[in-house]
Amino acid sequence: MHPTYLRYELLRNLRNWRFILFSLAYPVVLYFVVTAPQRHVRFDGVAFPLYFMAGMAAVGTMIAVISSGARIAADRSAGWTRQLRLTPLTAGDYLGARVACGFVMALLVIVAVSLSGTALGVHLSVGAWTGMIGLILVGLVPLTVLGILLGHVVTPESLAPAAGGTIMLLALLGGAYGFLLAKSGALFDVIRALPSYWLVQAGKTALAGGGWPLEAWIVIAAWTAVLAPLTVLVYKRDTNRV
Amino acid sequence: MTAHDTSGGAAVLSQLTKSYGEVRAVRSIDLAIAPGETVALLGPNGAGKTTTIDMVLGLTRPDSGSVSLFGMSPTEAAAAGVVGGMLQTGSLIEYLSVRELVTMVASLYPHPVDVEDALALSGCAGFADRRTTKLSGGQAQRVRFAIALVADPDLLLLDEPTAALDVEARREFWASMRAVAARGKTVMFATHYLEEADAFADRIVLLARGSVVADGPPGEIKARVGGRTIRATVPGAELDSLRALPGVVEVQRRGNAVILTCAQADAALRGLLDRFPWATDVEVRGAALEDAFLALTADEH
Repeated sequence: MHPTYLRYELLRNLRNWRFILFSLAYPVVLYFVVTAPQRHVRFDGVAFPLYFMAGMAAVGTMIAVISSGARIAADRSAGWTRQLRLTPLTAGDYLGARVACGFVMALLVIVAVSLSGTALGVHLSVGAWTGMIGLILVGLVPLTVLGILLGHVVTPESLAPAAGGTIMLLALLGGAYGFLLAKSGALFDVIRALPSYWLVQAGKTALAGGGWPLEAWIVIAAWTAVLAPLTVLVYKRDTNRV
Repeated sequence: MTAHDTSGGAAVLSQLTKSYGEVRAVRSIDLAIAPGETVALLGPNGAGKTTTIDMVLGLTRPDSGSVSLFGMSPTEAAAAGVVGGMLQTGSLIEYLSVRELVTMVASLYPHPVDVEDALALSGCAGFADRRTTKLSGGQAQRVRFAIALVADPDLLLLDEPTAALDVEARREFWASMRAVAARGKTVMFATHYLEEADAFADRIVLLARGSVVADGPPGEIKARVGGRTIRATVPGAELDSLRALPGVVEVQRRGNAVILTCAQADAALRGLLDRFPWATDVEVRGAALEDAFLALTADEH
């Protein structure tokens, strides 16, 4: 990791206040609007405010890491990645900084959503909080890679529908919006094979005091194992291009 | 101070070739640039200047041929931090001040120039605290120059560095550039202005349609492309005898007329009227660079 480069990358991300504002406002506002009238409802075996807090943390952090990676499309179109290729900065350092920016944004979202949950009566032990946050961060790994992949295949104009659509679909299927499209059958099998489902489950899992089942770790690992080499491939194709 | 292998020169291009579909952008270019040289790649649009520079920088992969920079491949040279480039296209990244951006880029290199020195030398000191999004075109161009030179590269490549600048900014740019070259750096720049190449380079490589059509000191190139042309109708005159006239570099036939490309138009005109008093429709013109390129490459067809 290149410390000075990373510092300025973080700085220019944190100065983009519009991006930060909207990234935080979306899950927080949605959380209060949906949860406030349903504070005492139970859903999927847990209190709804806790379930939906995990759901909004999943949506918000997915937006953070996927759009951070996808913003590579803007760097590419501005010619900035070409300029960087003339410097000793390695591809690993460049992508590492992008990932770090995504995770910093994700942590800000988790803090904002957690405070919102606390305001609506969510009580978790310190162990359960850290367990939930830890699982979310692990679950974000394949989605971070997905963002970088998108950043290399889309143009800045198609970035919003490509990244936004992907996030919406993953969040909806994963149950982040407070309902599951299926609780058994083939569709539920598909849902359980998505990393977003396990992100949403992180809150419930942490409350029960345990980690994910083995199935979740396999899903996260499998998505990462498929997306990572694909991303290396598109990266190489991009740098070899004229 | 330079620890690199310079026995083969600062930059050696061998048989460099690149096509885009049907268009043969660069055709088998051979070029050796010695350390400390300032070389202008001069040519009209579409001559292959940008493609050549991109291949030297390792941004474009040649179809065949090779580039060696201080004995390294372009990618190795970039990783070693010995190359600086100012690209023709590209904008500056947002949400940073000029000073922050230059500091960020400087941090990537093993032995960068002091950031304040780079800002001063490139003429950015006056707006160093301004955000990169609040700059005029000329200011942004200077920042791009600062980014290229803060690396303290042994080889500096500039692709049409003055393209977006007005006359005054252009003059200031070359004054900064002279200071850099005076430090013994090897500089290669692309331009389509003969005056710029003449004023600044100690060697001009003339490119047309992807090939090197002339290579030499500015005086020599200027005589070949910066001269005048004489157009005349001279019935019965052999091209060879016209070519033998004093001051004539090249002769072409266009219908009934002939066009003489001249290094010394006065002498050529006297000679022409002396030897061929029946010449009519005589016209003397300053040669446009484009015409001169066409004249120099006419034999290829």
